[in-house]
Amino acid sequence: MTGFMKRLRRLPVSLLLGGLLTALVVGAALLSLVWTPFPAEQVRVVARLRPPGPVHWLGTDHFGRDALSMILVGARNSLAVGAAAVALGALLGVPLGLAASAWGRWGDEAVARLGDLLFAFPAVLTAILLTAALGAGAVNVVLALGLFNAAVFARVARGAALAVWRRDFVRAALALGRGPLSVTLVHVLPNIAGVVIVQGTVLFAVAVLNEAALSYLGLGIQPPSPSWGKMLGDAQTFLFTAPLQAIFPGAAIAVTVLGLNLLGDGLRDALDPRHRSAGLL
Amino acid sequence: MPNRQRRAALAITMGAVLGLAGALAAGPVLAQAALRTDLVVGMRLEPPHLDPTAGAAAAIDEVTYANLFEPLTRIDAEGKVVPGLAEKWEVSADGLTYTFHLRKGAKFHDGTDADSADVKFSLDRARGAESVNAQKGYFAAIAGVEAPDARTVVVTLSRPDGLFLFHMASGDAAIVAPESAGANKQTPVGTGPFKFERWVAGDRVVLVRNPDYDGAKPALERVTFRFISDPAAQVAALKAGDIDSFPQFDTYEALPQFRDDGAFTVMVGTTEGETILGTNNARKPFDDLRVRRAMAHAIDRKTLIDGVLFGNGAAIGSHFPPHRAGYVDLTGLYPYDPDKTKALLAEAGLPDGFETTLRLPPPIYARRSGELIAAMLAEVGIRVKVEPMEWAPWLEQVFKGKDYDLTLIAHTEPLDIDIYGRPDYYFNYRSERFNAVGAELDRTQDSAKRNALYGEQQRILAEDAVNGFLFMLPSATVQKSAVQGMWVNRPIQANDVTGVRWK
Repeated sequence: MTGFMKRLRRLPVSLLLGGLLTALVVGAALLSLVWTPFPAEQVRVVARLRPPGPVHWLGTDHFGRDALSMILVGARNSLAVGAAAVALGALLGVPLGLAASAWGRWGDEAVARLGDLLFAFPAVLTAILLTAALGAGAVNVVLALGLFNAAVFARVARGAALAVWRRDFVRAALALGRGPLSVTLVHVLPNIAGVVIVQGTVLFAVAVLNEAALSYLGLGIQPPSPSWGKMLGDAQTFLFTAPLQAIFPGAAIAVTVLGLNLLGDGLRDALDPRHRSAGLL
Repeated sequence: MPNRQRRAALAITMGAVLGLAGALAAGPVLAQAALRTDLVVGMRLEPPHLDPTAGAAAAIDEVTYANLFEPLTRIDAEGKVVPGLAEKWEVSADGLTYTFHLRKGAKFHDGTDADSADVKFSLDRARGAESVNAQKGYFAAIAGVEAPDARTVVVTLSRPDGLFLFHMASGDAAIVAPESAGANKQTPVGTGPFKFERWVAGDRVVLVRNPDYDGAKPALERVTFRFISDPAAQVAALKAGDIDSFPQFDTYEALPQFRDDGAFTVMVGTTEGETILGTNNARKPFDDLRVRRAMAHAIDRKTLIDGVLFGNGAAIGSHFPPHRAGYVDLTGLYPYDPDKTKALLAEAGLPDGFETTLRLPPPIYARRSGELIAAMLAEVGIRVKVEPMEWAPWLEQVFKGKDYDLTLIAHTEPLDIDIYGRPDYYFNYRSERFNAVGAELDRTQDSAKRNALYGEQQRILAEDAVNGFLFMLPSATVQKSAVQGMWVNRPIQANDVTGVRWK
């Protein structure tokens, strides 16, 4: 017990705080699977724009939907889109980055230029273009953000992998006759996992933010399914009459993004070997 | 000590400056004791250009109609046809010849006379082969235009047109001069009591009183139309006093706070905007009358009006406004009854409902109504995918391309029930019965008979449940209490400020 406490205390504060906030949001999302105070899509116009109270803890929106229920289900939608966008990005990007680092100059160049091409457009712009072409909706948002994430993952994986390829134990493995695929899987991938995970949490936060922005514009998650961005957009016209209805989804987005960013920072500190050797862990 | 002295000196200086500022400020305050002669009107949308004879955008008429441009006849605040550039007219017994007598001193803003040659030019231009008029149909019945003398115009029709004077009162029929017509989009030249001063793109259009106007002089000397699209910014601009009057204010949820504030007046009137759940009658399953009737039973209009318009709007049961003569109340034909819906769907072979897409244009009434209707239809097993669109793709794909299942839109043109008779319209609706009544309407001048025929048309549309008939879009105006003379109702798309004054 004391050993655990001691180890806990040695973890970076950002990791603890970030983990806590993220756990809170994940908890809310999980809770929404089994319980919400009201059905999140239930419209009751007579009960619209109620302030927070004993029945509706966070009040109701302009259609009388329960704000708390919408925030809980919104957490689920937000995390689902974020997770899917990060997973898609990692699945596409990491192998591409690893391949680039193993292929030598030409493959490397090709992957790098492909990345430059994708980076030339900001993620939100890419997403707006794609949803304009394919139609609004969660799937297309995941697709757009996933593609952008793939480019980031590829670049990060490539950079980290190149450093690993130069290390002695990799050279030794190659000298022993191991093929590039085997070396990549056994030696390179485990050594870049930390960097990829940290990048993943940061991209997760960016994806949540971008999803909210797109839903705010009406291009993301479509009603009746609630989303924080849409709630924010709806509440905007009621800023003078029911300001709290804008504050709750805004706070939910802020908490999620802050939590994920802190988590990413903390993980970086915890996983970075340089910090470890400097005695920070 | 020196520090304190300096502070004292500073305080004295500050006091002096404030006093001076106060004295200066008192100047305009005193000047304001005289009534203001300028007006700032708020508008949601900026017009794409300022030529009402070359565009359908309502914002063009909302700046220019009656203020800058005058048609032969005009629609007044009550929706009646009154003299415009023509001070009087006669209609022949067979309804085929209209003789208009123009105002004697009428002049364009560039100083040239507005005479019969200009009228002939304007009408021929609007009905010509190269016409870019948004309502060419209004001029379709014209067989010829003659100008026997400078003050007289004789228009002959190829067939009787019961709405001819009404259509000649629209902004689309504004009288323009051949010398200036080409440049009207940017620098409009009309015959109205106000003339164009300047247009700051993205911000405002300024009109000033036309000193040479031959008719009654308006009380206002300068009118500024300011364009503010963001609802929160509209509320803020009104509260800050930057806007004197905001007609067609559609942030209905903000109305109570203005009603409670003595500095403001809130007027809620009618428009010609029948708001409908546009339905593609050619597409499955909407080609089945039972399905369309089932949907009609699934929509609770009261909830819709409360939820979208905050109670400010009248329910409709067909495509006709309740404030017009000839209206028949058909709102009771399909009472809200989800069980009935399910029974009708089962009868149509869709006991488990179906999936469909609702494509929504940008206005807030459309987006909100769409969301509520999707929730209502979900309760009876109709799973609606909501698809918000921008104006350009909506016009292209839904309105012109007819590529849609359901949509939601207010039809704001006055007396537009005839759209259901158009062969290629986006509802894909065809009814010989409806068209036969329409043909009789065109032959009928007697208003009592016309009203009966309109009633018949309304009944046919309601029985066929062509579209979901929802509500009339209201016209809310929020303005400073001292502003008088703004229209309460919107019988035509216009912000006629010729009768506005401060009290």
